[in-house]
Amino acid sequence: MTVMRSAGGEALIKDVGRDDVTMRSFLRGLAPVDQVGVEQRAAMLWSRSIKTDSKQWGLDTAVSMIDLTTLEGNDTPGKVRTLCVKAVHPDPTDPQCPRVAAVCLYPDLIADAVAQLAGSGVAVASVATAFPSGRASRAVRLADVREAVAAGAGEVDMVIDRGAFLAGRYSQVFDDIVAVKQECGAAHLKVILETGELATYDNVSRASWLALVAGADFIKTSTGKISPAATPGVAVTMLAVVRDFAAATGERRGVKLAGGIRSSKDALRYLVAVKEVAGEPWLSPDRFRFGASSLLNDLLMQRMKLRTGAYSGPNYVTVD
Amino acid sequence: MTDYDYSPAPEARTIARLRPSYGMYVDGNFTAGHGGSFETVNPADEKVLTTVALADATDVDVAIKAARRAYENVWAPMPGRERAKYLFRIARLIQERARELAVLESLDNGKPIRESRDVDIPMAAAHFFYYAGWADKLGYAGFGPDPKPYGVAAQVVPWNFPLLMAAWKLAPALAAGNTAVLKSAETTPLSALALADIIAQADLPPGVVNILSGGPETGEALVAHPGVDKVAFTGSTEVGKQIAKIVAGTPKRLTLELGGKAANIVFDDAPLEQAVEGIVNGIFFNQGHVCCAGSRLLVQESIAEETVEALQRRLMHLKLGDPLDKNTDIGAINSAAQLKRISELTAIAESEGATRWSPPCELPSAGYWFAPTVLTDVTPAHRVAREEVFGPVLAVMTFRTPDEAVAKANNTPYGLSAGVWTDKGSRILWMSQRLRAGVVWANTFNRFDPSSPFGGYGESGYGREGGRHGLGAYLAH
Repeated sequence: MTVMRSAGGEALIKDVGRDDVTMRSFLRGLAPVDQVGVEQRAAMLWSRSIKTDSKQWGLDTAVSMIDLTTLEGNDTPGKVRTLCVKAVHPDPTDPQCPRVAAVCLYPDLIADAVAQLAGSGVAVASVATAFPSGRASRAVRLADVREAVAAGAGEVDMVIDRGAFLAGRYSQVFDDIVAVKQECGAAHLKVILETGELATYDNVSRASWLALVAGADFIKTSTGKISPAATPGVAVTMLAVVRDFAAATGERRGVKLAGGIRSSKDALRYLVAVKEVAGEPWLSPDRFRFGASSLLNDLLMQRMKLRTGAYSGPNYVTVD
Repeated sequence: MTDYDYSPAPEARTIARLRPSYGMYVDGNFTAGHGGSFETVNPADEKVLTTVALADATDVDVAIKAARRAYENVWAPMPGRERAKYLFRIARLIQERARELAVLESLDNGKPIRESRDVDIPMAAAHFFYYAGWADKLGYAGFGPDPKPYGVAAQVVPWNFPLLMAAWKLAPALAAGNTAVLKSAETTPLSALALADIIAQADLPPGVVNILSGGPETGEALVAHPGVDKVAFTGSTEVGKQIAKIVAGTPKRLTLELGGKAANIVFDDAPLEQAVEGIVNGIFFNQGHVCCAGSRLLVQESIAEETVEALQRRLMHLKLGDPLDKNTDIGAINSAAQLKRISELTAIAESEGATRWSPPCELPSAGYWFAPTVLTDVTPAHRVAREEVFGPVLAVMTFRTPDEAVAKANNTPYGLSAGVWTDKGSRILWMSQRLRAGVVWANTFNRFDPSSPFGGYGESGYGREGGRHGLGAYLAH
């Protein structure tokens, strides 16, 4: 953690990927995370009460932070078209409604989305590296990334090799990320840790540091295919890591929470965690995202409630 | 774009159902008594909330006689399972009226509604639930096959957790078959009177619980009264000593829950992020008005700098202000007298060479307020390292080795609580065997449970409250 600052900061951090021994001792030297304590902290943050102006700001900001996602085997060009239109105009009845940050799709659907979203300000993100399991050779995973980027993806959501991580082969995971980052070129790289499979907060903290040191622009909780996905405790842990990474290097990297966040109330509470754990500079789509699909409609319904004073219903927002 | 400052989210004051005046609860009735009345103010704005009947020596006498009659005729002869029903009923009524009690407590005491709502009131109900479960099992509690109550208990509670401390005192006393006369603190009489209302609502037989309001004279009349069999006091060490003198040489049983100067010890292998949170909970919970507050931070020298930095960064997010706002972390200091003491001791610390730091925060113009304060460069010879401040003031000191940590932590006349932060289970056990404190928290601080005994060594008092031990304080065995 901040230990590194006193030990010489940036130079040391860039150096820890040098070999397996250095990486291992670095990750094991991080301050431990106490499960009871981190969950108690999250529970306290979750008791914050967000009303009136801050609620309005929070709802709008949350909409603008969404990576509107569909990652299903039955995705079609038609489904992608629907999603892209919604990404640009989430609420057709309200021109003030912000657009979402990005759409997030499988690589073979990227070209369609890029064509449709050109000039809209909505980014196109592609999952890659044999998402969601990552169980393929490095060559295949890199080819996956190459194709996504070639199709025009501005953001790449890769998965780490959880098997390698849990087996203690940290350098292998590190080298994977470095290689993918290189393949990404100008595209932003989000590294999915799949925290539900890493199981402990210590692992979440170590994987977060590993990914950031390897060059991740964002660290991301989950694929959405494993339960639990994003949880308050995991969010608090990862937000503390990006804060400490920024303190050590001066670089503010992002966090993306994905999976299981469906209600506006939860989204507003996660923003509380962003503000109080990472800090206000992270309250921006450049540094914080929600990977979600159904969350958007709940945010839109809550926005309508604030605007009109009355609750509408699911038929007053559009299906994707 | 604006930032995400939380808009005001206040609880409505009307929820407290404040009445223009309150009586005292004696022998099942609310009466005006003989001592006149006094005003209680909201420490957050110094405005008078209401007036409360002041109990004098005559009222104390009437209450104790009522308690004696109830003890002999009704409560002690009643089977434990029947007493339990009343206690369960009180617990449920506290839960039903939780919101009212929380707002009332925050108005009268100044503590944030988040704490009264999430800690004080639910924990008060939990104590009644817990001891209700013991009422018909006294013969199995380890105090012999047929332990007996003492009789009439005189109970004096402090202003920092007014309702919770009343629950800590009343629940075990009643479960064991004693009757009680309880006196609330002068600056916070209201929640105890709301509890009296709940007790009346629960149809408790008249005289089993009597609740008086008043200051030191009332308290002295109560503990000195010859009709009392058991005295229980929570409050300052100074008053505790006076009570011990009054009770000395009489057959009265005495338990004292007094002050503290707890060490919160952070080792270099601690989960630092959570330790910082524990330091904050340890000293800034309830504005530091906590007898077991972690007021001395002992941090290993090798991580002292980064720990204080992380602590300061964390304190920037504390919200000080309206106690009724659901997002307030730090409320008002309970009284002008307490604010004066905190200010004085902090000023002395500065003049003795400590470095003072507070996050930038605007203090409201009316009311009693004190910004959360961290004092670094404190040594064990400073007064602030030895005397209880009972406010949001943390004294930071360092240590080099586990032995030194133990020596410094134990170097106090008090011995109520301590905290140990380390990733090593064996070190937690090693430390807890050596720390002279009634409670040792490991990788947490200020956590309470009705089943866990609480109490101190030395100038922190004697006797235990909570758990099976707390039951023993109200049973002859």
